[in-house]
Amino acid sequence: MKYKVNEKGYYGDFGGAYIPEMLYPNVEELRQNYLKIIADPEFQKEFHQLLKDYVGRPSPLYLAKRYSEKYGANIFLKREDLNHTGAHKINNTIGQILLAEKLGKKRIIAETGAGQHGVATATVCALRNLECVIYMGEVDIERQAPNVARMKMLGAKVVPASSGSKTLKDATNEAMRDWINNPVDTHYIIGSVVGPHPYPDMVAIFQSIISEETKKQLLEQTGSDQPDYVLACVGGGSNAMGMFYHFMDDEKVKLIAVEAAGKGVSSGFSAATTYLGKEGVLHGSRSILMQTEDGQVVEPHSVSAGLDYPGIGPQHAHLFKTGRGQYVSITDDESLEAGLLCTKLEGIIPAIESAHALAYLEKMEFKGGENVVVCLSGRGDKDLDTYIKYFNL
Amino acid sequence: MNRIKKLFQEKKNILSIYYTAGYPNLSDTIKIAEALQKSGADILEIGFPYSDPVADGPVIQASSKQALDQGMTLKVLFEQLKDLRKHVTIPVLLMGYVNPVLQFGVENFCKACAEAGVDGCIVPDLPMAEYEEFYQECFEKHNLSNVFLITPQTTEERIHKIDGLTNSFIYLLSSSATTGKNLEVGNTTEAYFSRIKAMNLKNPTMIGFGISDKQTFDKACSYGNGAIIGTAFVKAIADGNLEESISSFMKKFRD
Ligand SMILES: Cc1ncc(COP(=O)(O)O)c(C=O)c1O
Repeated sequence: MKYKVNEKGYYGDFGGAYIPEMLYPNVEELRQNYLKIIADPEFQKEFHQLLKDYVGRPSPLYLAKRYSEKYGANIFLKREDLNHTGAHKINNTIGQILLAEKLGKKRIIAETGAGQHGVATATVCALRNLECVIYMGEVDIERQAPNVARMKMLGAKVVPASSGSKTLKDATNEAMRDWINNPVDTHYIIGSVVGPHPYPDMVAIFQSIISEETKKQLLEQTGSDQPDYVLACVGGGSNAMGMFYHFMDDEKVKLIAVEAAGKGVSSGFSAATTYLGKEGVLHGSRSILMQTEDGQVVEPHSVSAGLDYPGIGPQHAHLFKTGRGQYVSITDDESLEAGLLCTKLEGIIPAIESAHALAYLEKMEFKGGENVVVCLSGRGDKDLDTYIKYFNL
Repeated sequence: MNRIKKLFQEKKNILSIYYTAGYPNLSDTIKIAEALQKSGADILEIGFPYSDPVADGPVIQASSKQALDQGMTLKVLFEQLKDLRKHVTIPVLLMGYVNPVLQFGVENFCKACAEAGVDGCIVPDLPMAEYEEFYQECFEKHNLSNVFLITPQTTEERIHKIDGLTNSFIYLLSSSATTGKNLEVGNTTEAYFSRIKAMNLKNPTMIGFGISDKQTFDKACSYGNGAIIGTAFVKAIADGNLEESISSFMKKFRD
């Protein structure tokens, strides 16, 4: 497979494991074991059983009639919002918690932005009775209060990250510091396709269930498993990678990744990484990130906490650089309008992250009859406060 | 022979001091270097600050942030180090994270180090495999030593490999920790230090992370060739008269 990771942990120029020696034993242990453990039939059985009975998979592929009429194409929504805990994040946390158990780990740490990954991690820790510590930026703790309460109910300890912009990037720094200080029995469940190799590959494998199901469902519903377009929003890029995974090698399927433009790509308040970023190293891998000329990471901005990150996963950087994927961006305002539109047309309140992907439909031109799949990565319950304030509801 | 090798041949109980360039004031870099040499430091580790220092605890994070806010960059630092060798003669290492180096350009960075008379680098998030593949050639061309870290969890096989790649010293972390944790030498730490000592590595070792007073310094010296102090020093120069703070801090170790 052309766009997959090579044996050194790279996707073209991107990837690798830029980690301090203190993290080497843990990351190396993972690297040596993840493929073996994931391929084990017993692991597969348990993973798929939990996805079915606990998460509620397969998630529906829903032909959105009114959207389709509006845009003149067949618009399908992949309903990750209907998963237990309300987003795609749980596909990954189920996989990683089973893997952590196989490695004999007793303590789980994670970072979270919107709180969806934190909730998904706290949930599987409750399920498997493991200690759970979640790092979350102070700003995000404030704007995603319901998710903080959920994590606490689930028994997790939520630790505020108060450095830097006090958002996802800083929460990730704190989680890495925790892992350095707890080198033996702790597993770090990274929530996106970022971090040192093998994380980007491992998380992509767990999220690839999204496109695996989509192919089957499309075949059933349209007679072809090949859509014309697939779209997804990109924070670190895990729902997008899950949506792209089984279509990557089929060049006829156009991959569209939607980043958060914030207040506009040139406003100084943006998280449009491919537009504003340069190649560099952050959080353990070489990728594209927003930075100054001196290599200092620039604080991003997005109304959606889950997209408020200055980098993207290395595999996305590779898809971007090779031109295999088209990387576009949507502003705060456009995403909120698209969220409201989806609610009015289809009766679905999307997460503001997912609304970025929906908003791009407005900018596409269709001949008519194309099959378009949008990954509806999560539901909007956590964002009601933001919607209420923006629309004066 | 390089300055670092010579030092280890001539001296025991080597004291290396880390400080963040551009802290407490942007223009203190050379002033601190001179004061440290005068008061008995053997090696200087000058940190070039980074916005996301994942291996550092709160004190060095804060000094890095302050330095960046005051305008420190690699460009500014190399400008400040232009006459470094007119001011100090002891070995000097630059310490920092890989991304600023990458943006400066690896070749440009190595060249600037060599021109300033810098002897080597410590880049904690540049692992051995990446160093060998993308950096080693350039470092060697400019006679820069790269210092690797090892922790109690580093395997013997890997330690031997690191020893083979090193031509200065190996940085022995007292435990797997971010900077600023206090060293508690219990039985497991002693066993680890003894294990490394018994490996008879070709390079000397310096023990770092959590050395803060004479007692921990002496302990470290009994197992390695010396010790590295960072957080405790950065804390000591936070305010007050710089020269006085440095000389009274160093008196604790050099009497
Ligand atoms: C609903 C939803 N979508 C998307 C994202 C962005 O993450 P990723 O780009 O890894 O899919 C998040 C992150 O919190 C999220 O909660």
